[in-house]
Parts: sequence; structure tokens; C-alpha cells
Amino acid sequence: MKIHEYQAKAIFREYGMETPAGRVAETPDEAVEIAAELVGFPVVVKAQVHVGGRGKAGGVKLAKSADKVKRHAEAILGMDIKGSTVRKVLVEGGIDIEREIYAGIVIDRARKLPVLMISAAGGVDIEEVAATNPDKILKIGIDQTLGLCDYQLRQAAFFVDLPKEAQRSFAKTVRALYEVFIGKDCALAEINPLVMTGDKKIIACDGKMDFDDNALARHPELPALRDEGEDEPLEVDARRSRVNYVKLDGEIGCLVNGAGLAMGTMDIVKHYGGSPANFLDVGGGAGPEQIAEALRIVTSDPLVKVILFNIFGGIVRCDRVAEGILQAKEKIGLTLPIVMRLVGTNEEKAREMLANTDLIMVDTMSEAAKKAVELSKAAA
Amino acid sequence: MSVIVDDSTRLIVQGITGNEGRFHTAQMIDYGTNVVAGVVPGRGGESYLERPIYNTVAEAVAEVGANTSIIFVPAVFAADAALESIGSGIKTVIIITEGIPTLDMMKVYWEGNRAGIRLIGPNCPGAISPGKAKVGIMPGHIHRPGHVGVVSRSGTLTYEIVNELTINGYGQSTCLGIGGDPIIGTNFVDALKLFEADDDTEAVIMIGEIGGTDEEDAAQYVKEHMTKPVLGFIAGRTAPPGKRMGHAGAIVSGGKGTAAEKVAALTGAGISVAELPDQIAGLLAERGINPAAS
Repeated sequence: MKIHEYQAKAIFREYGMETPAGRVAETPDEAVEIAAELVGFPVVVKAQVHVGGRGKAGGVKLAKSADKVKRHAEAILGMDIKGSTVRKVLVEGGIDIEREIYAGIVIDRARKLPVLMISAAGGVDIEEVAATNPDKILKIGIDQTLGLCDYQLRQAAFFVDLPKEAQRSFAKTVRALYEVFIGKDCALAEINPLVMTGDKKIIACDGKMDFDDNALARHPELPALRDEGEDEPLEVDARRSRVNYVKLDGEIGCLVNGAGLAMGTMDIVKHYGGSPANFLDVGGGAGPEQIAEALRIVTSDPLVKVILFNIFGGIVRCDRVAEGILQAKEKIGLTLPIVMRLVGTNEEKAREMLANTDLIMVDTMSEAAKKAVELSKAAA
Repeated sequence: MSVIVDDSTRLIVQGITGNEGRFHTAQMIDYGTNVVAGVVPGRGGESYLERPIYNTVAEAVAEVGANTSIIFVPAVFAADAALESIGSGIKTVIIITEGIPTLDMMKVYWEGNRAGIRLIGPNCPGAISPGKAKVGIMPGHIHRPGHVGVVSRSGTLTYEIVNELTINGYGQSTCLGIGGDPIIGTNFVDALKLFEADDDTEAVIMIGEIGGTDEEDAAQYVKEHMTKPVLGFIAGRTAPPGKRMGHAGAIVSGGKGTAAEKVAALTGAGISVAELPDQIAGLLAERGINPAAS
């Protein structure tokens, strides 16, 4: 789960980091009010969206007067940045920037450790630095049982060649970043740029956080920070119904048990010349209600022309899937063609239940995909 | 032989009294797996399907000589359950549970590493050596004893491919689900090493998916060390970047972990990559593995 910069900075402050003064605004007038509370100009007006690259898209502007604050806020609010509509701007006091550093912590899957990444090339796209100049990034693996050691903080400070008077404040900030990372079960905690000011203070001028979805249950304060406006509406709907769904832009709605098989089903649809409308895993213990709910979500997508079920029942019982389909057909008046591939536990019973319906029963995954593609082309 | 689980497996079930635990314990016993006990804190002294239940893993090890554990404990308690097994002398720990926080799982990984035990999962279907033992949630009846080793990050996709093998006459030495999470105990390279050393295995099928670089590492290993034929399948060719495809570990992030990169790495290492699950048997034949001998 991702959050906005202004939310990340609020968490950073709880952990003792310094951030620029400022608040979030939803209207241009509010932005002007906030600017008036700050000490003088310039101030910065920053689009609050989850996608990266907002600076390049014109979503971050420096304003030297109240009038400019208003005009920038007007321009940025409502702006579309890579498919995200800006609904909030962060208005902050300007900072006297001497150096811009990158500091981030991620989970390194290969090393199986949280890894602190530090670079003197702050304020730019770090993935680009990693691709073109990997030597400019120092990666420090952290053993959770030892925590972040003082020597590692010294390594980091020397790597970016900080002046002596900034080193303590830098170490304190990076340690706080690690404490945030562990304390909030992050997948990513990043400050880009971490700024050293003219008077050698260290300030977190940006904040990016992504939390481990599997750990949200132990952080009751976090789900409230979710901005559902950032997500695809059907995916929000699916999440509330506990259906594992990702929207794509094709015409064949896929309902599958198991994430790997669900991906495999999308791929086979594509292989036979069709295009999948979604990823959907109905889960291991799916009952009739869950199946019906999944069908409702898939068919809410107006692009969907054909439904393709691919169920390889191991834990999922085929008769329960059949029951769900029958329930859903009645409840939502489903008229789209349904291609059904159903193998495994209680398969015969399921076939009996579906015998007198208009479902198109097939035996293999390839047959199912071919049939669905054929029907989607006929409907086009 | 075979790997991970076999006739010598003496299995305990952690979480034997939960819904999943009860159902799959019955299924595993039916298959012929030597389930020796269950462990549920506070339920010691009870029994399930004539197997004693203990409060602690240490008791199960001492009383009935358990050497393998399968974990069905809910996600918030599962890491601790795994640490208990590791700390109590269990040699093979298989975590079925999905949804364990990553930071917890990293602690389990390093503790298992320090103790030198075999850790499988989490978020996996477990392992089956057909005809010998099933320690997992896969449907037993689709498997046949034979000589093809299968290792996979997925569950049902593996069943699909195993089913293809079986109906085409290819039996399996061991089918191992390594799990769909970003941090897992045993990865492709570890599994390939086991299969390479296993006399019963003639060829290996690895079923990968988007996210991470384990498939690329495996390709490198195959190129340098494997003498047995390896076949591959990669799921998620049509997955959009930045979206998690069901499995916590199945995500293309920062342009890394795409199916195209993985297919290229596998192909470059001489691994035959099937584009569809039903091409696997044909590819085995092409590599000179015939069904009769398997």
C-alpha cells in the first residue's frame, strides 16, 4: 500500500526527522492560506500523486508570491499525471539547498535483507542512476537482529562525502528512516532528495513509502491513509470484496483459481490471439458467494464480452464454483457467454449442476482459450 | 530416492485443528504420508485421526521422533511456528500459510539458514514424492511415480503441468512448490541442486513467474552445473508492470522481473521453454526423455 508524500512526511516527523514546514491543500485558496502561514517566499507547490515523475510532468512548482501560489495550485490541481488525477497539493516553505542526497531502504529479494541505498546523486530518478551509474549508489545490507550499525551510518556519510558538521544530523535522519522502515513494515521507505542546507542541516524534502500489504493487520493506523482515488475503481471494489483482481484492457474476463494459473490463463488467451480483460484469482477456499462476487466484478467492466473460467480444483471444490455461477447468473442477470473449464474435486457433480445451462463446457485450458477468443472476436 | 520428502518423513502438522489443517491432514494420511502428530499450543493431550496432539514441537520431536513439519498456522503466528520448529530440531519445515509479513519471514529465513535446516515456502503447496509421501495441499491423484522433477513458484499452475505430464505417461520423482512470496526458504537454484544429485530424477521442469531474479540465477546455475535436461515455463507474459499479480512476489518493479527477461535467460542457458502448459510433454520427448522410461 502506497501513501502520499505529505502522509509519509507526517510519519517521518513522528520518528524525529526534519521536514520542511507546510501542509496539504485541496483548493487554490487553501494553498494561498498555507503559503501565508509560512515564513516568506519562495514556497513550493507539489502535486500529491502516487506515480513517480511528477516533477517532469509539471507537478512541482516554485512560487515567489501569493498570486503565483494560487496560479500554480490552479494549474496543478486536476492535472493528469500518468493517469492519476491530482486532488491535493502540498504547500511547503522553500529550502536553501546546498546538496541533494538520495536515501532509501528496500527489501532486497536476492540478499533477503533490508538494504540501505545511499547516493550523492539525489533529486533525480534513482532507477536511472542504478542503470547507468551503479557505482554511484552504495548498498548496505542490514541484519535485522543487529539493526543498522553505527559503522554502516559512517560508511554512508563518507560515501556521499558529507562535511563533518552535517554527519551527526545525517546519521540521525538515516537511522530514523530505518526505524520507520521496520516500525511500519515497509516495502520501501525513501527520501529523494534528502537535503543538506547552506547551514549544514539535513532535511527530508520528499518522502515515499510503500507498506507490506501482509503486515497491514498489525498497523491499524495505516489503512486509514489509503487514498482509493489513486486506484482503479474496479480494483477498489474487488479489494473490499476480498477478490484478487487486476484490471487490464482486453475483452475476455478471466476467473481462475490460483495466481500462477491465473497468469497462465491470461498468457494463453493472448497466445491464441485474444486479449485478457483482467487478472483474477478466486482463491483457495472460494465458496459460492465469493465466486458470485468475483463474477459481478469482472462483468462490471464494460469492455468484457466473454467470460472464461479456468478452475483446476485441488482445494477449490468444483461443485461450489458451479453453485456460485448459478447464483450470480440469477442475481445479476448474466447474459455474456461463459466458457467453462473445470477439472478436479467434485467435477462430475459440477457438470451435472451446469448441464442444463447455456455454459460452454470444455475440457482443456487450450480449448477454453481458443473458444473464448473465437467468441470475443464474434462479439466485436 | 526423490527429494525433500519420502518414506523416511515423520511429519507433524502445526495447526492440525484448524479447517485447513484438519482437511489436509486427512488427505495426507489417505495418501500414505507418515503423519506422526499434531502440534497446537493448549490442545496437548487431545488427538486427531488417532494422532497425538502436543503443546510444543519439542515434545513431538522427543515423543514421536518427528523430523518434518508442515505449517497451516494463520499468517500472524506462522513465522513464530516456523521458528519453533527450527529451534526444536525439525530438519525440514514446509510453510503453506499465505500472507506472512516479509520482515517476519526474513527472520525465519536467517534462523533456518543458521540451523542448517531445509525451509520450503511460505505461500506454497508443499512437496510430494509420488507413491511415497505427500506433504502439502496438492491433489495427490494427479501425480504418478516417475523420474521428472518439478519445481514451481505456483500452486494450481503446477497441478496443470503435472497433470499434463501424467496423462502423457511421465511420472514424477518429486514435485516441489517453493512459494509465491518475495522471501522464500528454498529457491530454484537450491531445488535444482537437489534434483541434479537425485538418482531418481532424469529431467527437471521449473515453473517460474514474473518478479525477482531467481529464474535468472537458476539459468546461470543450469548453464554452469546441470547435466540433466531442464525445461521451463514462465507465467505472466501479459502482466502489466507495477501490479502485483496475486502472489506477493509476482510483480514487475522498476522494469525488472519481466517474463521476457526470464524467458531470454532460460533460453540462453539451454533450457527449453514451453509457451503453453500442454507443450511440456512434447518438449521432454524432444530432449530425449521418453515416457516409458519415466
